[in-house]
Amino acid sequence: MLTISNLHVCADRKPILRGIDLEVGRGEVHAIMGPNGSGKSTLAHVLAGRDVYEVTQGTVVYDGADLLAMPPEDRARRGMFLAFQYPVEIPGVNNAYFLKAALNAARRYRGLTELDAVEFLSLVREKMKLVHLDEALLKRSVNEGFSGGEKKRNEVFQMAVLEPRLAILDETDSGLDIDALKIVAEGVNRLRGGDRSIILVTHYQRLLNHVLPDAVHVLSEGRIIRSGQRELALELEERGYDWLRPKALA
Amino acid sequence: MTGTMPSHYGEEFARAEAGMIGADSGWFKAARGRALTHFSRIGFPTTKDEEWKYTSVAPIERRSFRLAGHPRNGLDVAELDRLRLIEAHELVFVNGYYSAQLSRLASLPAAVSVTPLSEALPQDSLQEHIERQAEQPGNGFAALNAALLSDGVHIRVGPGVDLKPALHLLFITTSSGSPMAFFPRVFIEAGANSRVLIIEHYAGLTPEEYFTDALTEINAGPGATVEHYKWQMEGARGYHIGQMLVHQQGESRVTSYSVSLGAALARHDIAVSLAGEGAGASLNGLYMAEGRQHVDHHTSVDHQQPHTTSAEYYKGVLAGHARGVFDGKVMVREGAQKTDACLTNKNLLLSEHAEMDTKPELQIYADDVKCSHGATVGQLDEDALFYLRSRGIEYSQATALLTYAFADDVVARIAIEPMRHAIERHLTARLPHAALVKELL
Repeated sequence: MLTISNLHVCADRKPILRGIDLEVGRGEVHAIMGPNGSGKSTLAHVLAGRDVYEVTQGTVVYDGADLLAMPPEDRARRGMFLAFQYPVEIPGVNNAYFLKAALNAARRYRGLTELDAVEFLSLVREKMKLVHLDEALLKRSVNEGFSGGEKKRNEVFQMAVLEPRLAILDETDSGLDIDALKIVAEGVNRLRGGDRSIILVTHYQRLLNHVLPDAVHVLSEGRIIRSGQRELALELEERGYDWLRPKALA
Repeated sequence: MTGTMPSHYGEEFARAEAGMIGADSGWFKAARGRALTHFSRIGFPTTKDEEWKYTSVAPIERRSFRLAGHPRNGLDVAELDRLRLIEAHELVFVNGYYSAQLSRLASLPAAVSVTPLSEALPQDSLQEHIERQAEQPGNGFAALNAALLSDGVHIRVGPGVDLKPALHLLFITTSSGSPMAFFPRVFIEAGANSRVLIIEHYAGLTPEEYFTDALTEINAGPGATVEHYKWQMEGARGYHIGQMLVHQQGESRVTSYSVSLGAALARHDIAVSLAGEGAGASLNGLYMAEGRQHVDHHTSVDHQQPHTTSAEYYKGVLAGHARGVFDGKVMVREGAQKTDACLTNKNLLLSEHAEMDTKPELQIYADDVKCSHGATVGQLDEDALFYLRSRGIEYSQATALLTYAFADDVVARIAIEPMRHAIERHLTARLPHAALVKELL
């Protein structure tokens, strides 16, 4: 599904990612963990196509195609989805219409018929239940005035409606209380399965108590320094990150 | 400070004087003469004049605009119908002249008088206003308007009257074969505790060059509520210089909207005197300019009495090589305690060639006041743009959508539905992906 090879990325000419290799197969759930500043969010944004980052080396193949050559909208239409750590407020743009436009853009791209207002509404109602979102939020502007938890749940809700083939969740668990975390985790688990691949970017392992990953990778200073199974996450929880860092070895 | 007076306005005056409105009124004739003399002394402003630093009126000065005669050509009825507002008292002016035939004033209540200046002018009640503006210091456009006044309207709303529906003043410019100048004048007197809603609408239906020099005065009596909409849709080669003077008595409320979308060059001067305790003004504006359009708003609010409030909210979208100017002055006089004033000007630049000069200026001489101001000039929010694109919305659609949302923030405040819809239609038509944008709102 996704093959990242020797990916180097700079922001403001400062190297952030320094040679990432990662293979995510169909239907797999991978967790990317690491301390603050290790490059986790940068990786998520580069995959989604944020152009403030400069890819200086390496390749990313998504579903057989050169991902880095695609504008962000094409990546989305081909089934990639980034759940933002900080969802953006967009005053004046209606949440429901925005989502309908996004869904229909993807459907057009894939040669499917567009959903009309009635079909869309019934789909949306079903998916809102998944993350316990209040239907009133549909009528508001995108994320405007949403609480932190509502913003995160809105991301998972959008993901549920858009049904991506590869979902990247960028610290979707941060800032959530335990009840909200459970709701978000439940939403993610319901979307798991079949061909859908998921990358969970997270600082803490607590989300991984609810969403069990197939693989865990530790990112530090722009490189994956350790890959393993779920047990690695538990070990990190106990011992922190320092024992893995090259500096600590020296 | 002084420019030179294009001598041809003197010639135009001499040529047309006998046929001008109010020609048989002695005081009015004298006032016109004094205004012309005043104009010949001060002329058009130049960019050396602080108030006109960023707006050159040289293109207006260079042209020998002529005074319009009564239009001979009939107006296209379909075009007029397109401009009319449903459910409004309507006064139609064509090329500066009032047309009783095209106007619709039948259902006005008795306590409201709406008199075209061509009929009202001999009246002494206007004498003071006309004479004051004839020799307004430092502004050649007011003097020129007084000297060459084409036509206009005197609106008086009696005490306690709640006038419904709105009054729509429609100033239409049609083709006339040579560059013409128009000098409309609007007087609005809202009696104590009255309510009135007025739309001053300039619509250019010609690709020709022309020049509108408009002057509006609003006098809001104690407790009166006035909503004034200026809707500037002049033709692509039109020049629009408009001045609005607002005088507010105690506890009056004036809300002004300036929607400036047309003209090659548009300048709006809005001056508000909060002359009575508890008076409040809300000034709002939206301007959009593209190509080589130039649009300038100058506001000045004078808090003269305690407990007065003013809130200004102006937004602009500039594309192509367009240039925008905003200058907002707020003055709080000594003794005008408990004044509450805020001023906001936000601008969106859609092209690297577009330019905006914005300058808020507060002068405060009282100590117990609340004043704030903020001005921004920027591009579209990159984070919002990326968020939309990351959901599959194409770059150009996302741009159009965010631009529309930025502008609609002001449009959404317009209470007159047909006007709001017309402006929304105009905005979407100027953006790519109109259909999608419409759907997303």
